[in-house]
Amino acid sequence: MTLIHETDYGTPVSRSEKQVTLTIDGRSITVPEGTSIMRASMEAGIQVPKLCATDMVDAFGSCRLCLVEVEGRNGTPSSCTTPVAPNMVVHTQTSRLKDIRRGVMELYISDHPLDCLTCAANGDCELQDMAGAVGLRDVRYGYEGGNHVRSRNDGEINARWMPKDETNPYFTYDPSKCIVCSRCVRACEEVQGTFALTIEGRGFESRVSPGAHEHFLESECVSCGACVQACPTATLTEKSVIAIGQPEHSAVTTCAYCGVGCSFKAEMRGEELVRMVPWKDGQANRGHSCVKGRFAYGYASHKDRILNPMIREKISDPWREVTWEEAFSHVATEFRRIQYQYGRDAIGGITSSRCTNEETFLVQKLVRAGFGNNNVDTCARVCHSPTGYGLGQAFGTSAGTQNFDSVEHSDVVIVIGANPTDGHPVFGSRLKKRLRQGAKLIVIDPRRIDLVRTPHVEAAYHLPLKPGTNVAVMTALAHVIVTEGLGAEQFIRERCDWSEFEDWAAFVSQEAHSPEATESFTGVPADLLRGAARLFATGGNGAIYYGLGVTEHSQGSTTVMAIANLAMVTGNIGRPGVGVNPLRGQNNVQGSCDMGSFPHELPGYRHISDDATRETFEKLWGVTLNNEPGLRIPNMLDAAVEGTFRGIYIQGEDILQSDPDTKHVSAGLAAMECVVVHDLFLNETANYAHVFLPGSTFLEKDGTFTNAERRINRVRKVMTPKNGYADWEVTQKLAQAMGLNWNYTHPSEIMDEIAATTPSFALVSYDYLDRMGSVQWPCDEAHPQGSPIMHVDGFVRGKGKFIRTEYVATDERTGPRFPLLLTTGRILSQYNVGAQTRRTENVAWHEEDRLEIHPHDAEQRGIKDGDWIKLASRSGDTTLRALITDRVSPGVVYTTFHHPDTQANVITTDFSDWATNCPEYKVTAVQVSPSNGPTEWQEDYNDLSRRSRRIAGKMEAAE
Amino acid sequence: MSHDQGREKLIRMANQIATFFMSQPEADRAKGVATHINKFWEPRMRTHLFDCLDEGASDLLPLVIEASVMIKRPTVPAKVGASGGISKPL
Repeated sequence: MTLIHETDYGTPVSRSEKQVTLTIDGRSITVPEGTSIMRASMEAGIQVPKLCATDMVDAFGSCRLCLVEVEGRNGTPSSCTTPVAPNMVVHTQTSRLKDIRRGVMELYISDHPLDCLTCAANGDCELQDMAGAVGLRDVRYGYEGGNHVRSRNDGEINARWMPKDETNPYFTYDPSKCIVCSRCVRACEEVQGTFALTIEGRGFESRVSPGAHEHFLESECVSCGACVQACPTATLTEKSVIAIGQPEHSAVTTCAYCGVGCSFKAEMRGEELVRMVPWKDGQANRGHSCVKGRFAYGYASHKDRILNPMIREKISDPWREVTWEEAFSHVATEFRRIQYQYGRDAIGGITSSRCTNEETFLVQKLVRAGFGNNNVDTCARVCHSPTGYGLGQAFGTSAGTQNFDSVEHSDVVIVIGANPTDGHPVFGSRLKKRLRQGAKLIVIDPRRIDLVRTPHVEAAYHLPLKPGTNVAVMTALAHVIVTEGLGAEQFIRERCDWSEFEDWAAFVSQEAHSPEATESFTGVPADLLRGAARLFATGGNGAIYYGLGVTEHSQGSTTVMAIANLAMVTGNIGRPGVGVNPLRGQNNVQGSCDMGSFPHELPGYRHISDDATRETFEKLWGVTLNNEPGLRIPNMLDAAVEGTFRGIYIQGEDILQSDPDTKHVSAGLAAMECVVVHDLFLNETANYAHVFLPGSTFLEKDGTFTNAERRINRVRKVMTPKNGYADWEVTQKLAQAMGLNWNYTHPSEIMDEIAATTPSFALVSYDYLDRMGSVQWPCDEAHPQGSPIMHVDGFVRGKGKFIRTEYVATDERTGPRFPLLLTTGRILSQYNVGAQTRRTENVAWHEEDRLEIHPHDAEQRGIKDGDWIKLASRSGDTTLRALITDRVSPGVVYTTFHHPDTQANVITTDFSDWATNCPEYKVTAVQVSPSNGPTEWQEDYNDLSRRSRRIAGKMEAAE
Repeated sequence: MSHDQGREKLIRMANQIATFFMSQPEADRAKGVATHINKFWEPRMRTHLFDCLDEGASDLLPLVIEASVMIKRPTVPAKVGASGGISKPL
């Protein structure tokens, strides 16, 4: 394996269809119109010297190193800013150019430290490369005089020198090495869209400055790493590279955080990870990253990782380390005992949306073929199960309709119940880029999320609805479009069931669904809503992006249907720039759903009652499959409390922290006789576990993840599992202990089995993925390249189905005892329950969960910013500190759930989506009052956590 | 969770499904409820639902009762102690 070097073409690709032919250094080359001479040269294999140009940002033309001569033109134009023209004749190396370039380099080097041997960029420095390329042999100016390099000049303080800024936990800024090429500033603007960096001063005083001459950590910088990647010198350098040195080999793999599924190069030295660098050819991220994927991998080597299997008889006992064999045989014996004693259906499993497709497939196979029931579910239950149901009903497939590139063609974008700049940052950046180009934005969210107004982006409409009224708002949008005749009739006649449309159109046209009638309970001013509806229906390509603010409601599935209705009535399905786009929470939520993790369906979304599908698997697996649906996670817990469900195998999910109504979850877990947790850490669920099987990270195994755009991306092993086994091996060994004859030697064999049994994966194999880079399912004979856009010539189910969406108020209502509505969300630097990100330096940005409360509500309660407050609902109470902000409306409070001490889910209730039992996290009636400290529950819980992390023979770990 | 709480939750879930289908075109209502419950409810849950129906639960919406004739009544009782085909412990 070698280090993957990506070619830097200097300027971005031109999308023009028109081709231009020119001659460069005697070679004829044909490129799209609008291509720079620099890029055309590189495509012809000629590398023009450059410093300020890189293909991740637009040309700038400041370094004057890339000059060329063009026959028939005067002077020496910069090749990065000069577009090609037909029949142009270019010379990239002449004696005049050589002299100019050497002179430019001489100036650069005269104000640059000459510590190359001890410099962190040694071996990866473009300045060094260019000095070599132009044949720099001497610096006639010397190194004395005005400079930015030395802290003192002849004993006097050098006011131009600035010390290193090491405030960011992941990279350093060393101004003495800066050549002011502006690449970082432009990357922050053009790629990330944060505009945190600028060039302050003029001429020789010019410096890169985060914010208004602030430190990186205090500035608006979101630590996405784009500037570090853009920097041609050691000015912005990963601290890990400073500590370790340059990597020597690399592998392309897929981030294990959110559902965007960014491709990275894991750059290695031996088995040590030096850094993660976003891969330019990654189809989801196109070379961009966020702070989590780029930097927050420290959890993989964190001291809290458990590396040996452990057992305990009772959950009050300390853990006892055992061999893998003992652990497997203990679980197998216990599971079989429970089944003998309480019935075949008394055990089940949970697959992980953080593990690979192959691992997820094996867990559901273990449940169906080994346990002999269908009690398997996955954390998608608590996030996007309504997406699966709703889109399945409307379109016939349980997935988003587009690829991420599609946003580059959108003219109007609705973002509802999602906060992409925090939750899906790389998509957020791609969306902002399109918005800066002029696309319009409609935000539907109770909170004023960053996208509503952020540098160079402003939403045309923000509809600040009351939590729980999504269906009413979406139906009112449809009301306006239908009653004002703005629908796409031709599309509907061709693609959808016309009589269902007529029924639906009559339904939405009722006066009760008008914006004026719904304003009183949605809180959305009617004129705003009408304006937004007109814009979406008439503004060109309309795309809808949504997140858990849509699904995690008692009417989650209904809202998904309403979104599908809106896309169909405006004709926004089946081409680039449009569509229905669920932003998936975890890296492999899409994949875990695809792989048959739901209790009612086999891989490929085929219902368990379908005889032909069962037969496919029965033949291959040599078992008879149960044709009845199994228990979903909340049903498992109900059954546990009732006494008919006694054992569970949980791979990579922390249901105690992530699932609602913590007290009910803990009661369910406490009622079980054998809880097996398979995870990296002793997570919160492990407080109730009897067996702990250590897990492996995404760096330690081969496999695939499927992201929110249905893209199947490879995960590549770059180090040996620290715990000894990849997760698929652990499941296989457990299955073998239970008497199943499994003999997979590599995850590729599992993928072959998936492809053989699941039509939408028919052509997928590791060889094919290596060849294609990645593919989006369905990938079969009819779609050998995969399917970037779905429903192109018609819906998968045949005709698109319009479904009536009646608003039903949730049973969770405010009243005198609980007058405020709590809604929950995420923050950029933390991920989900925080098990990974809390064990990284990301805590520098978010060390605790805070309760956002409007100044009016805070004042009424005598609460000041930063005060400890008690947050209570009918389910329970907890304490955390207040953050006073008018981002939330009066009557609404908001918090994140990244920290276990906060236990935000003690507050959430057991109400759930009518169709899928997806919990209603996003609406809880609460009261907020001043507090002195932790509640009794928090104290009891901390005590339990501490006790349940004791390991016999080991010192108790300090938290 | 006590038996009563479990029962209350099950009835709430059935009623939520019925509430959705009540807003749909009339011909699809009872069938919609029954199909949904048959597709997504594990036999134990359906057994409990039939327990409620057999007791004549007054808090179930009429549409659930109307749909119940199309809901599959589980054949094997989901009782504690039924070995369900597992012949012996390992």
